[in-house]
Amino acid sequence: MSEKRWQGLFGLKKLFCAACVFAVMTAGIALAGGNLRVASMGEPASLDPHKVSGTWENYIVGDMFVGLTTEDPKSNAIPGVAESWTISEDGKTYTFKLRQSTWSDGTPLTANDFVYSMQRILLPETAAEYASLLYIIEGAEAINSGKAAADTLGVKAIDDQTLEVKLTGPAPYFLELLTHYTAYPVPKHVIDKVGKDWTKPENMVVNGPFKLVEWLPNTHVKLTKNDKYYDVGAVVLDDVTFYTQEDRAAVQKRFRAGEIDVAMDFASDQIDWLKANMPEETRIAPYMGVYYYPINSSVAPFNDLRVRKALSMAVNREAICDKVLKTGELPAYSFVPPGVSHYEHPAEVEWKSMPYDERIKEAKALLAEAGFTADKPLELTLKYNTSENHKRIAVAVASMWKQIGVKTELYNAEVKVHYADLKQGNFQVARAGWIADYNDAQNFLYLLETRTGPNNYGRYSNPEYDKLMLEAEVTADLTKRGELMYKAESLAMADLPIIPIYHYVSKNLVAKNVVGFEDNSKDIHRWRYVTLK
Amino acid sequence: MFAYVVRRLGSAIPTLFIVVTVAFFMMRVAPGGPFDREKQLPPEIEANILKVYNLDKPLHQQYFDYIGNIIQGDFGPSFKYLDFTVTDLILAGFPVSLRLGLAAILIAVVFGVTAGTIAALKQNSTFDYMVMGLAMTGIAIPNFVMAPLLALVFGVYLSWLPVAGWNDGALQNQILPVITLALPQIAYISRLTRGSMVETMHSNFIRTARAKGLAEKIVVVRHALKGGLLPVISYLGPATAAVITGSVVIEAIFDVPGIGRYFVTGALNRDYPVVMGVVIFYAVLIIGLNLVVDLIYGFLDPRVKVE
Repeated sequence: MSEKRWQGLFGLKKLFCAACVFAVMTAGIALAGGNLRVASMGEPASLDPHKVSGTWENYIVGDMFVGLTTEDPKSNAIPGVAESWTISEDGKTYTFKLRQSTWSDGTPLTANDFVYSMQRILLPETAAEYASLLYIIEGAEAINSGKAAADTLGVKAIDDQTLEVKLTGPAPYFLELLTHYTAYPVPKHVIDKVGKDWTKPENMVVNGPFKLVEWLPNTHVKLTKNDKYYDVGAVVLDDVTFYTQEDRAAVQKRFRAGEIDVAMDFASDQIDWLKANMPEETRIAPYMGVYYYPINSSVAPFNDLRVRKALSMAVNREAICDKVLKTGELPAYSFVPPGVSHYEHPAEVEWKSMPYDERIKEAKALLAEAGFTADKPLELTLKYNTSENHKRIAVAVASMWKQIGVKTELYNAEVKVHYADLKQGNFQVARAGWIADYNDAQNFLYLLETRTGPNNYGRYSNPEYDKLMLEAEVTADLTKRGELMYKAESLAMADLPIIPIYHYVSKNLVAKNVVGFEDNSKDIHRWRYVTLK
Repeated sequence: MFAYVVRRLGSAIPTLFIVVTVAFFMMRVAPGGPFDREKQLPPEIEANILKVYNLDKPLHQQYFDYIGNIIQGDFGPSFKYLDFTVTDLILAGFPVSLRLGLAAILIAVVFGVTAGTIAALKQNSTFDYMVMGLAMTGIAIPNFVMAPLLALVFGVYLSWLPVAGWNDGALQNQILPVITLALPQIAYISRLTRGSMVETMHSNFIRTARAKGLAEKIVVVRHALKGGLLPVISYLGPATAAVITGSVVIEAIFDVPGIGRYFVTGALNRDYPVVMGVVIFYAVLIIGLNLVVDLIYGFLDPRVKVE
């Protein structure tokens, strides 16, 4: 290869000059305090809010679009495109008054945009993974299953600035649900013109604080301030760049080297080093999620309550949180984490306060009653999806079960295989996790309903539980609704179809010069509130 | 020679067809599907998605549809990167991998051949032992150890180079990935060169060359290297294919937007079209590069005639 050709290919000199210019430019921007660099920990599957399903996508699309309601820095629901609303007596009809606002290309944003968007996400051909979140809207499920036309949806534009939404039942979490990306408006006038290419930087039109300028797959997504955003005056940052690198250890090094301002979700095994060296930057906060082991109650001997109870009692949650994880996770004795809206105190297992030694004794007695002795020990397989943390926990749990004479075989599989097994009920005890989509106990407890299907991994089925949950669904009174769900959870905590292990925490690294990043239980952070010092 | 090339390319078609078929069905035999995940999809939503991606049809139907599509150059959409087609992803990632890979291979050939040749000429000297010792170490240290180590030393401690990131392909962002890619290749090529050069230097035609009274330099460069490099050339075919298609480890650690990741993450995600796309792409590269190697052989080795 000749020298000239070589240079042409590599473009060394040009690249070097470009790099210098770029370095100077970024330095300039950094001085102006404008570009926030976020490690969002995953390549977005899409930037179409109807097609995404992950938290790493929410960090990006959540500042490109604003729904009827939106989040404050603490992730509470506040008015978004809707300035105000009224709720009917029965809690089933919402009427929203929309503010005057436009899309980033200047086209007015009207109630019809919301009608179009909610119909679009529910159309079967959109194939939206998260469409079921809107099933609370009248007609939604039928449309999504292809049984009804899109215009049968209970979302109507009364006029350009007034939108009416009818629900199938009173859902006190509805205003919060509307902050979710499934309820964002999308620009009909652009999608009609360019189809699925509407998320390309040259086409994309948004209504939120930032708009797309660059998207290089597996590198970065860059957003810049949208001058047409209705509250643009409150937005300080000029740009936000999301680096999609997944490797936690590598991202942590970039953070240390000052290449990243905010790194979402650092690796747990780094906690000792971080606490010692970067205590101010290390942010840990309770997170609305539960790490649990479903037990397959449809197969013997796990259909025996005594066996399930013995297994659950023998798990020393405190040891797992304090000795294995060490990142401040909360030991879980209930399915719903503490601090969920209108459900302050979840129903816990009754033996929570029993000393661990006594729990072991009782667990042994229960197993003996169920027919398992030292000569004929209980043997089981514990499945988990391949990950260092899951492995450490599984090893710890297996050794705890050993104390009560249970022989545990550990079985790990890659994530797709693991969840296919869970879906098919092909397991005895397995690892699972759940992060809430909205701040409501129902979002956890519905997992144990018979009608839930594949997400009810352990195939728990208790008619009384189902009845209580159905009743809660149609109850508008918040206190009463909370009580019904509490009763349901109490039933589940007596039947023990699952072993709750711990409640999640969010783990982020935030540089000292980042102001306005507030820890919150949903770990949702809108960059429009963030500034750089 | 033209006829030879055409014949070789012609015989590549059935090979490719077999590769496509085997890969297609192997992928489907693997347990777990593209849409199995922690938050399981409600059955009606899963049905919508399967329909949109044609996965609701019988497998043989899907296979024939797929073959029909790839003949028309349509490799389908990705299941994981919904806003891109497989072709988009490969076209965006390959130039990056190619650029890093060619740089790495070039460095590897220059350093590997030089070190290997000197080691062979000074067989059993201190230099020889040193180079071969280093080469063994280079082969033995995996890139997932080397890459974070380099990032830590040159990025975090010394702050000479960025820890990771692509930065639109700026030179300083390419240095560490290229070095990490090149190191094991340098090691391998230097060992190959040494072995083959030691053998060549003892062969009859070298003795003849020396007997003619040629200077040692000419003996080595003009006569010995030509023969001594043959194993290196045959190694370079598949090695180049492997290096220019990127490395999942290096891309993950240095955040390089190449195509190496798709070989692994595509399979883990059960992203069937992406897996098929990269398998076909890789097969074509291997076939093409092997042909190039055979043609170069014809020039280097008088015993080989390309017919």
